[in-house]
Order: sequence, then structure tokens, then C-alpha cells
Amino acid sequence: MKKISLNVNGKPYSIDIDMRESLLEVLRDRLHFTGVKQGCSVGECGACTVLIDGTAIDSCIYLAVWADGKSITTIEGVSKDGKLSKVQQAFVDEGAVQCGFCTPGLVLTTTAIVESGKKLTEEEIKREISGHLCRCTGYNKIFNAVKKVLDEE
Amino acid sequence: MAYEIVGKRETRKDAVAKVTGKAKYADDFFERDMLVGKVLRSPHAHAIIKNIDVSKAKALPGVEAVITHKDLPNILYATAGHPWSLDPEHRDVADRLILTDKARLVGDGIAAVVAVDELTAKKALKLIEVEYEVLPFVLDPEKAMLPGAPVIHEEKPDNILGSAKEEIGDCKADFKKADRIFEGVYETSIVQHCHLEIQSAYAYVDTDGRIVIVSSTQIPQIVRRIVGQALGIQWGKIRVIKPYIGGGFGNKQDVIIEPLTAAMTLAVNGRPVRYSLTREECFIDTRTRHAMKFYVRTAVTNEGKMLSLDMKPISNNGAYASHGHTIVMSAGGKFRFLYNYDSMNYEPKTVYTNLPAAGAMRAYGCPQIFFALESHVDDIAREMNIDPVEFRLKNLVSEGKVDPHSGIVVRSFGLPECITKGKQLIKWDEKLKKYKNQKGTKRRGLGMACFSYATGTYPHGFEIGGARIVMNQDGSVQLQIGATEIGQGSDTVLSQIAAEVLGLPLDMVHVISQQDTDISPFDLGAYASRQTFVSGAAVKKAADEVRRKVLEIAAKKIGLSIDQLDIKNARIIEKKLKREICTLEEVAMESYYDPVDAAPITSDVTANVRTNAMAYGVTFVEVEVDMETGRIEVIEIYNVHDSGVIINPQLAEGQVHGGVSMSMGYALSEQMLFDPKTGAPLNNNFLDYKLQTIMDTPDIGADFVEVPDPAGSVGQKSLGENTTISPAPAIRNALLHATGMPVNKLPLTPQKVFENLKESGLL
Repeated sequence: MKKISLNVNGKPYSIDIDMRESLLEVLRDRLHFTGVKQGCSVGECGACTVLIDGTAIDSCIYLAVWADGKSITTIEGVSKDGKLSKVQQAFVDEGAVQCGFCTPGLVLTTTAIVESGKKLTEEEIKREISGHLCRCTGYNKIFNAVKKVLDEE
Repeated sequence: MAYEIVGKRETRKDAVAKVTGKAKYADDFFERDMLVGKVLRSPHAHAIIKNIDVSKAKALPGVEAVITHKDLPNILYATAGHPWSLDPEHRDVADRLILTDKARLVGDGIAAVVAVDELTAKKALKLIEVEYEVLPFVLDPEKAMLPGAPVIHEEKPDNILGSAKEEIGDCKADFKKADRIFEGVYETSIVQHCHLEIQSAYAYVDTDGRIVIVSSTQIPQIVRRIVGQALGIQWGKIRVIKPYIGGGFGNKQDVIIEPLTAAMTLAVNGRPVRYSLTREECFIDTRTRHAMKFYVRTAVTNEGKMLSLDMKPISNNGAYASHGHTIVMSAGGKFRFLYNYDSMNYEPKTVYTNLPAAGAMRAYGCPQIFFALESHVDDIAREMNIDPVEFRLKNLVSEGKVDPHSGIVVRSFGLPECITKGKQLIKWDEKLKKYKNQKGTKRRGLGMACFSYATGTYPHGFEIGGARIVMNQDGSVQLQIGATEIGQGSDTVLSQIAAEVLGLPLDMVHVISQQDTDISPFDLGAYASRQTFVSGAAVKKAADEVRRKVLEIAAKKIGLSIDQLDIKNARIIEKKLKREICTLEEVAMESYYDPVDAAPITSDVTANVRTNAMAYGVTFVEVEVDMETGRIEVIEIYNVHDSGVIINPQLAEGQVHGGVSMSMGYALSEQMLFDPKTGAPLNNNFLDYKLQTIMDTPDIGADFVEVPDPAGSVGQKSLGENTTISPAPAIRNALLHATGMPVNKLPLTPQKVFENLKESGLL
């Protein structure tokens, strides 16, 4: 066991973890941030994406010990004061949500793109979010949602 | 009829819960003292288990129980998510134990461990000693039917799980009469659903001594029944709860992990146990889509009229029955609503092999059968030098068609209009001219394919849906349904039907998304694209009853009859004068608190839907084929659907996009591969199994021709599965158009196209 300190969604946590645990396991099983989804456990599907110091990372292949001293944003930390973020609102408005299992990861990756302030072409947007698998939507409405937010920025 | 809420692009009911991470899926619930279950799986494709020694595993600290088939009731049960039939002849094949006594595929479940955590459970699995007698195995269904082939289930010594011969009319005479006869062989591959949420369940025994199972399922009522059957306990002793579901596509229309999860909690005195599969396990020990091989012959006149069809499919079922022969039979009942043959012979066989069990997957046999049919029809049109669109139009059925076997009637038929629309969208005529005589290394091609599909399972299956409505003091309602939301949007469209009937804004309909077999109305669940139609009929009926009760109270207040009143935007209106009588809230308050007549307004109904509605659609696609690499790129693709009245266009488009994307994967990249020497899976993960990513997906055109069907409660027909039927054959036909080369086996990977180009001398 090892004690780590990390900040999740603006709150500090100091917890004992098993050295072998992934950040995904710690966030879900110990801290109960269940919006972080497990779809493959080996970094292939993107469902477990969280922001680590603002960068979108697959938490299933990121050891929890590496998160010591870092700031994590999970989907639970995206809306503020009961109000959806622009990215969340765009996903709702564009009909980009179906079963919802890939949604938290996609919202977080999109949030990271928006916060980076980068101007992206359509092809670059697709490449940025191509690490996320979605079996329901055929990606069309997801793309529309991402593009809408970026166009508004 | 003009609707106010039906037909509107309303936001999904669960959208906010899902973008905020608040939606809880089966894996997101935690119980005190929760244990973890894991399964030991066979490394052999076919082997007798001579002995299992679990003593070392049991002795490992942290292990609470180890289970093998010896610890469980020796009951063979069936897993398919069909409604129970009172007629024993119509039941699914019961051919499996919760943990097997003979391995029939690589990955078959042999033993289970329940431990304090996953790592301990995994360690314990390694301590279980199994003595196998390895048997020869067979992966190819045609080889499995040969004499001397390994026998997979003793009850079926020829490995044939099911076979049939259905003949309509006089095929022999029509083939004799024909000017031309065409033959072809078409094959599809084994693919998987790949819902992002893997199967997961947990179970415990409650204070009343009943087993509670929270599971990622499309069919909670059927899970209850099958867990009862598998364990040999009364169905009422089991309670199943379905929370939010991360996609199913038919793989969760099968009872796969729940009986073992229940057995696990029973083995540890009712403590909660979670049993979740890994993605790798999900690929091998849930369900797949049957690979099918079709031998097809068609008799045609010189004018291009198809007289007779002879189709003989062989369906590779894998090691356990699951939905089994029903799939190829069901597809056989649906595809014959497309073309008007004078006669038809349909002779399918479903065969056991030592592969993962195939089951229900989106469109239930129709992606396979329409790949064969629509490829074959294109081959015929091309050979006869007739435009494939014209050839199809010449042979389509028409409104009023009645199937002599099922009795299903075509009451609405928008397909010709769908074809016209699709042709315009892709600019068919213009591009056909443009792409004549191409010579370069990149060649364009156009393709199209049609389909017919049923709505629900009637008359082969029975179709009931349940709905309950409770009106609150403020006039808003709770809508309880047995229909299951799994991502397709049923909660939202069913709420729209309720809101429409009740004259409520959609936000005053609170839909209860979670199904609980103890509480929810009885409904069979999400499959066969049935819920909007069948459960929709139940919701309409429940809402009609609440509406009548509301109007009765209002009518009494004003002294008019109820048919002179209406509810609009939560207000009671006198129809003729368009005058507001009172608010719905006032009526609701009276129903709760009137000292004499108080009786809160509720309804609780079942709709037994004894009809069907044929739905139709077409795909038009343009591809570019790289003649040097064999890569096919989809340039433009349109699906145009006749699904009756579209209740929510935004959700409907989403279904089309997802179905087309899934079918593009089926056409171009997806295939489960197995080592022919061992039967072991070669690509049971998302890295090696090639799903479509956003980089592979073009803009998908989704369009509709809305012809209301008299059988739908608001004119609706099926849509969810329909979307994934015709894109794959359309892409195959576009490859044919671009290169002149028919490739009759899916998927059309660059390698396969390249090899075919070489063989046919085009390279």
C-alpha cells in the first residue's frame, strides 16, 4: 500500500492505494466516481478518459501512483453549480448521446480540446477524438457537437 | 392526423444524466462486503473434463467459494431471450449447464471462484487443476455435418441443431418455365455486437430470502425466468433490476452471466457478488452474429421478372444453441416481403461447431440474408444488362401483399418512394454515366440494396407490452414501462406518445428508466425493434385511460360530456369554444383530495399486439476502390427508411447513423478470427478486431418516407435494427460496379479485395 495525494474535481484526497491499481480502479472503486467508465481496460476504447492536469488520458492504463500530486477532472466535475458546460450542452442539443457509455470520455476529450484554444480543421477534430469508440451513434452527431462548441469559441 | 409532440426533435430524457456521469450502469452500484467472481475457461475447443481438483484454490486465503458443475443442479437450460411458450414445441433448445462438464469451445466456463478481490480470484483460478481428455473439434459447419465429424452435443449426433424446408408455390415448374437461371454462393463472417458496456451483474440474497440480481440486460423479465429454470427454483424467488444499459444490440437479449452470478451469491450465503466479464471474455463467451453461407438460385424471364427463388442457407451456430435455428428461420420469414416471386423454396440448416455461441444480433439474420439476396439480385441485373434499380422496381411487392405462411399483411409500402429519394440523393443516373469505362488506379462505383423487415415477432412470437401511469398532484405523470431503454431512445419516444395523448409538455412526463421485475409492468424487453410498436401500444392505451379519467372529472364540473373536452398544454379546454375550463392541476388535486370522490388518477394496462407491420428501406452508396491496395473508401452513403411515422427525427437519425456505421464495419473490416489448428480466438480485443472509428465514418445521410401504418398506435413501424441491413450489400454492389468484380464473402478487407483483383486479372 502507498499513500497518494491527488486533487479530483477541485477537492483534495489523500488515500492509501495498492501500487498495482490503475487510476481507473481508484477513481471508481475507492472514490466512487462511477462516471469514469470501463470499456476494455487496455487503452483501446477511450471510455475511461479523464483529464490529468488538463490532458485527456485513458485512466485504465495510468497507474494511480503516477497521479500523486496531480489534478484530475472526471465527468462529475465538468458541470458547475448545476449548469451544464458548453460541451455537455452541445452533446445534449446535437443528439450525440445514445447509450451514454462512451459519452463521459468524449465530453472530457472535447473539453480538453476546447480549453487548449487550438483551432482545428475537420480532419484534425476527427483525429483528436478517434481514440474513442462508439458503437451507437456512427459518430456523426458526436462530430457535430464537437464542431459546434469549437465554432462557438 | 397532426401531432404536437410525436414527430418533434425532443431532447432525450436521459441526455443530461448521461453527459454528467450521473446515469448509473450495473457496474456503478456498490454493496457492503461485495465479493468478486471470476471464471476458469477451457483452453481446448473440445474436451471432456475427466477431473477437477479445486482444493488448492479453496485453501487460498481470501477465497470464499469455488464452484464447478458438481456443485450445481444438473439442469440443462436454454438462454435465448424469447418469451416463454406454453407449447413445449415452441421452446428454445435447452443444451447447457451453468458451468459445463464438457468443453465445447475455447473459453467455455469450467469453474468459478468467489473471492474478496479480483486479484485473489485470479490467483485462485490458477490453482484449479483440471484433467482434460482432448477431443477432435470442428469449426466449419459444412464439415460438421459430414459423417464421422466430432459430435458436439450427444443429443444431436449429426450436429444439426435445426433444419427446415418451406416451399411456396411450384418451384420446379417455375424453374422449367424460366428463360434464364442464375446461381450464386454468398458468405458472411462472424462478428460481434461490441456494446461499449461489457456484460456485468451483481447478486445478493435479500432479507426475504430472495435472490436480487442487478444486471446489464435488455430483458429483465426473461432473466428472472431463465435464472429460475437454470437453478431449479421458483421464478418468484428472483428479482431482477435493470439500470442504465451501455448498449446491447441483441447480445443482452440472452441470459449469459446471470445464472452463474446467482449461483455465486448462493455459494457464499447470500453475500453480494459481482461478476463482470473482461472485453476478451466478452468476445468469446457471450454471443456473436451467425456466419452464414447461402446457396442461391433464381429463375428469371427475359423481361427481367423473377419467377422463383431457391435459397439454402447454412448457419454456423457455434457451440451452444442460444437463439439457434430461430434466427435463420426468422430471417426467412422477413426477406420474402421484398420481391414478388411466384414460388420460393427456403431450406436452411443451423449447425453446431466448436466456436463461440452465435445468438441475436441487430436485425436477427437479416444482415446475412439480405447480403446474399441483394448481392445476387445485383449480379442478375448486371448479367441481364438492366439497371439494378429498374430491375428491383420491376420485382417489388406491393401494398396488400399477404404472406401465405405468416399471414402478415403489407399495409403501408413506402419503398418505391424511398428508392426514388435515394437515387436523387446520390445522383444515380448522372454518376452512372460518369463512371463508365474507368481505367485508373482509383475507381468509383455506385451500389444500392433494399430490405424488408418486420416490427416485433408476431405471429411467431407473442407480443405484449405493459405500461402504468400515475398522475401527480400538479398534473404531471410518472410513466412506468416494462420496455427497456438500452440507448436506442425508447424512454423518450414512449414519453412522447404519453405526452401527446395526455396533452402534456414532455417535461411533465417523468419516465422511470429502471426496470425492476417486482415493480415494473410486465413487458418482454428490447428486441425485434418491437418496443416503439408494442410497448408504444401499451403506453397509448394507458394514456387513453388516464385522459378519460381526467376528462370525466372535468366534464362533471362543467356539465359537458367528455368528448366535448380536450387537454392541451396541461389545461382542460372546451373544444368548440377553445375556452379553458380549468387547469389539469385542479383536476389532479380533486382526484387526490376531494372529500367524497378522491381517487388518484392511475392506469395499469397490458397491450396484447396481435399484428405486425412490414418496414422497408434502401441504401445508396458511392465508393472509391484503390486498385493497387484493395482499399474501399465510402465516399457517400444514404439510408432512406419507410418506418411509418417517425416519432423523434433526431433519435431516428441517430439510429440510422449507428446502424449504417455498424454495417460499414460488417462490410469492410469486422471479423472474428480463430486459429484453425486450435480453435482459439485470434482477435478478441478492440485492437485487433477492427471497429469503425470516427476516421472511417463519412457523413451518413439519413432520410425517411413517412407513410403511417394502420397497425401502429401513432402510425409507427420498426427502425432500430432495420438501419444495419442494407449498407453491406450496397457496398459490395458498389465494388462490383467500380471493378466488374463480384466478391461474395464478407468482409471486403483490402487484403481480400486485393487477392480478388489479382485472381480476376484486374491487377
